[in-house]
Amino acid sequence: MTSIGTGYDLSNSVFSPDGRNFQVEYAVKAVENGGTAVGIRCKDGVVLAVEKIITSKLLKPGANRRISTVDRHVGIVSAGLAPDGRHFVSRARDEASSWRSVYKGPIPISALANRLGSYVQAYTLYSSVRPFGVTSILGGWDSEAELAVDGQVGSGPQSGAGGKVKGAKSGGPGLYMIEPSGLYWGYYGAATGKGRQAAKAELEKLDLASEKLSLHDAVKEAARIIYVAHEDNKDKEFELEMSWISSLEGPTKGRHEEVPKELLEEAERAARRALEGDDEDEEEGAKGNEQMEE
Amino acid sequence: MNHFPGTWGRPRDDVYGPYDSSYLRSTGPKAHTQSPAVTGTSVIAVKFNGGVAIAADNLASYGSLARFTDVKRLRVFGDAAVVGFSGDVSDMQYIDRLLESMDIRENYSAHGNQLNAKNLHTYLSKVLYKRRSEFNPLWNHILVAGFDGEKKPFLSSADLLGTTFSAPHLATGFGAHLAIPILRRLFPEERPIEEITKEDAIKALKECLKVLWYRDARSLDKYSLAVITQEGIEVQEDQQIEAQSWAFAETIKGYGAQTV
Repeated sequence: MTSIGTGYDLSNSVFSPDGRNFQVEYAVKAVENGGTAVGIRCKDGVVLAVEKIITSKLLKPGANRRISTVDRHVGIVSAGLAPDGRHFVSRARDEASSWRSVYKGPIPISALANRLGSYVQAYTLYSSVRPFGVTSILGGWDSEAELAVDGQVGSGPQSGAGGKVKGAKSGGPGLYMIEPSGLYWGYYGAATGKGRQAAKAELEKLDLASEKLSLHDAVKEAARIIYVAHEDNKDKEFELEMSWISSLEGPTKGRHEEVPKELLEEAERAARRALEGDDEDEEEGAKGNEQMEE
Repeated sequence: MNHFPGTWGRPRDDVYGPYDSSYLRSTGPKAHTQSPAVTGTSVIAVKFNGGVAIAADNLASYGSLARFTDVKRLRVFGDAAVVGFSGDVSDMQYIDRLLESMDIRENYSAHGNQLNAKNLHTYLSKVLYKRRSEFNPLWNHILVAGFDGEKKPFLSSADLLGTTFSAPHLATGFGAHLAIPILRRLFPEERPIEEITKEDAIKALKECLKVLWYRDARSLDKYSLAVITQEGIEVQEDQQIEAQSWAFAETIKGYGAQTV
């Protein structure tokens, strides 16, 4: 790396003469070594999935979860340094609960992404701290129905002031990815971690912007994408962890929950089948070539 | 609470002579947090074979004014319990938010160990006791209905001092005086809970609510009723007390405009 020996990478919050912050770039490197995480946003919900590399046979399968619930309607998955991810989730929970204590209702996904983005960005400004070694994918569902205010006991006046627009549509899915620099964007499909390039290529094929993919299909696609992204890291075993948030009419009723075991297993079987199918095609292709040579 | 005993009521001057109140304290600190403002009256609940039924009317009174008539005093906690609140409504809202935040925290991980009604009652009674120990009580008397850890119907109460009490049927406020005797007659101690059906319990609660509506001046004829069974929680709000008969009122003597 050209930066080594120049001295501009030794402290946080110091720019190099060509306008780079090396500590932030090194944090991104830490993310690039983490297990792949993806998020898919569709019309009726959001799916989060992560490739959990098994570092030891002594670890209990299914334990040490990597996707966390932040509030009833929000989940976070991160790639990179797991302890940084945990601290990040803890901060997200504090933000969500402080929002509730002020506004007496659930935090909108965009507001949470904004607050977390600001929080991460602050860690690029001071020499006493280092940037977060995680890129986090934040998924949630803003209620489309009018929610009762927390602690509300009655329905209030039936007429008079209020200024509500009748039939106004609100709420829906939210998916954001927050990087070590504090940069965050909203996405239809987000991927981070070691296999992000392969995962992004697969996500782009899904045409998520047209919002035609259903939540159930998104679960299967997310599983398949994690399996595809794992192809470059085949020597290591992994576990697939997935969670989802659906609309109020959907299977989770606007809550962030683990994908049920049966559906997860079904999605994993389909993912393996899809991969095997690809391999067979390749083998057949290879045979064809041999024959051609003969 | 009024901390000046001089206003608590005293013997009649015309019978007993002027009362010597010189020993009583007539000034002292103001204690705003120690008097309820907007209040709900009784909550009543009965255990039956396979569950618990609980009811409360939809009124929040401001002193003797029937101020809010669509107040939900039965609060559902997760899918495990119903908490019925009497006493101060703003303190009820505080507790409701407290339970909400606890529910969110409990569900950060899906470990499958949900809090049951018994856990919830223990927690609430300790919150109430802590606050009374700080001389800043939460002015509520609550009933917690649901199931305990062994999946048996659970019903228990906790008051503003943190006192807990448990029985097959319970009532708070005026109901403790008016509903409990009715419930004891309907469901005597020797009658096992297994013999009480859900319908019996609901019928008894409706009967008690009607008596309370007749005789408790801070009550309402609109009420909510929740039934908790292993199948889940069923809450009916905006119910109306039916088949009222005020004929008995004619025979009551001793107050009002009667001259006889």
